[in-house]
Amino acid sequence: MKKTFPLFLLFIFGILGIIPFIVPHPIVQDTNNFLLNVFLKILAAFALILGLGSLLRVHMDKIKRKRQNWQYSWVLIITFIITSIIGLFGGVTGEGILPTRIGSFSFDIWTLYFNIEVPLGATMFALLAFFMASAAYRAFRARSSEATLLLVSAFIIMIGVLPLGERISHHLPSFTQWIMDVPNVAAQRGILFGVALGMLATALKIILGIERSWLGGGGGE
Amino acid sequence: MNISLDPWIWISALLTVSIFSFLYRDNPFYRFAEHIFVGVANGWAVTFYWHNILVPSLFDPLFRRGQLLLIIPFIIGILYLTRFIPRVSWLVRIPIGITMGYYVGASIPADVQAYIIKQTQGTILTSQNFQAWNAGNMGVVWSIILFVGVICTLSYFYFSKEHKGVLGITSRIGIIFVMIGFGAAFGYTVMARISLLIGRLQFLLGDWLGVIH
Repeated sequence: MKKTFPLFLLFIFGILGIIPFIVPHPIVQDTNNFLLNVFLKILAAFALILGLGSLLRVHMDKIKRKRQNWQYSWVLIITFIITSIIGLFGGVTGEGILPTRIGSFSFDIWTLYFNIEVPLGATMFALLAFFMASAAYRAFRARSSEATLLLVSAFIIMIGVLPLGERISHHLPSFTQWIMDVPNVAAQRGILFGVALGMLATALKIILGIERSWLGGGGGE
Repeated sequence: MNISLDPWIWISALLTVSIFSFLYRDNPFYRFAEHIFVGVANGWAVTFYWHNILVPSLFDPLFRRGQLLLIIPFIIGILYLTRFIPRVSWLVRIPIGITMGYYVGASIPADVQAYIIKQTQGTILTSQNFQAWNAGNMGVVWSIILFVGVICTLSYFYFSKEHKGVLGITSRIGIIFVMIGFGAAFGYTVMARISLLIGRLQFLLGDWLGVIH
């Protein structure tokens, strides 16, 4: 019951997921719309609660046991609680019961998002430029003909998309585009075929109950 | 120099500098900003799911308009929380199974359509594909190179036979295409990151310090 019933449900819903692509009947399409746009979204919202519960539990445990860098867990928990209160009670655009403006200073959820989340996210990804450059230096030193090819291709693309590429040669931007459109697409497409077949095999294994790692530990059948 | 007086610009700028401080080494400023990032991201996710999904799709229709059918996803969703109760924690497999089953099932025809049929249509040598390049007679050449490239790349990843003879030649050509493709993908990713870096530097030097316009 503990494993067989979830596997049975997975199989049934797996078949329900395939049917709308084959049967265009309005009842099937409406059911598909309900499942995709209402049912599964509601389940995703509860999955978020589970995720947040786990996150808070891990950080509360870290604080309780005073593990290394436990002080920062307070930062996470406090910012999470403040943001949630502002978002839940202040409303999406500041129309909720909690005032989100003091004079000209606004602190509604979108202000927090655009002034904290967006810059921090962009900076985190910008930081990767330095690490990628340093990793590339170590990895791409032209030690073989293949590595040289990769290095030359990357260099042409990087220069070709800049205004500098146009200054070096007016053919360089179009050559860059040709690399992106022809040899790059050929390689990506070849890889994509393999990936697609792998995804199909995995999907079938999951639906048919051959792949069961998602059930996790715990006893029962 | 025209330093901003907007408190939010100052907050964004100080958090940005804190993240960049990681380039020196791991430090308390970076950790502080990193934990704020995670805290705010999750707080925002709670807000998003509450206002955009739970209230309009579940609580309003179920409790105000009496759409009793929604009690089913409500109860199944609550089963996620049984993960915290060891005695009945296996019930969490029910919502996971339903979600996984539906998305995995839906992905099968979608993947066949997008990754196999459409990609094959774009690779085979047809007059329509020759013209798609908008390159005149060269369209035929580009299509042939693309076709050869795909076949050779596939042959490189075919490991059921030793890469000797014809397979050795095609796999050798395949690795050339693969390396050019990886190089192109790497170059493009680096440039995307650099453009983000330029954006952050423009923010620090322009919006915050007012050194550039």
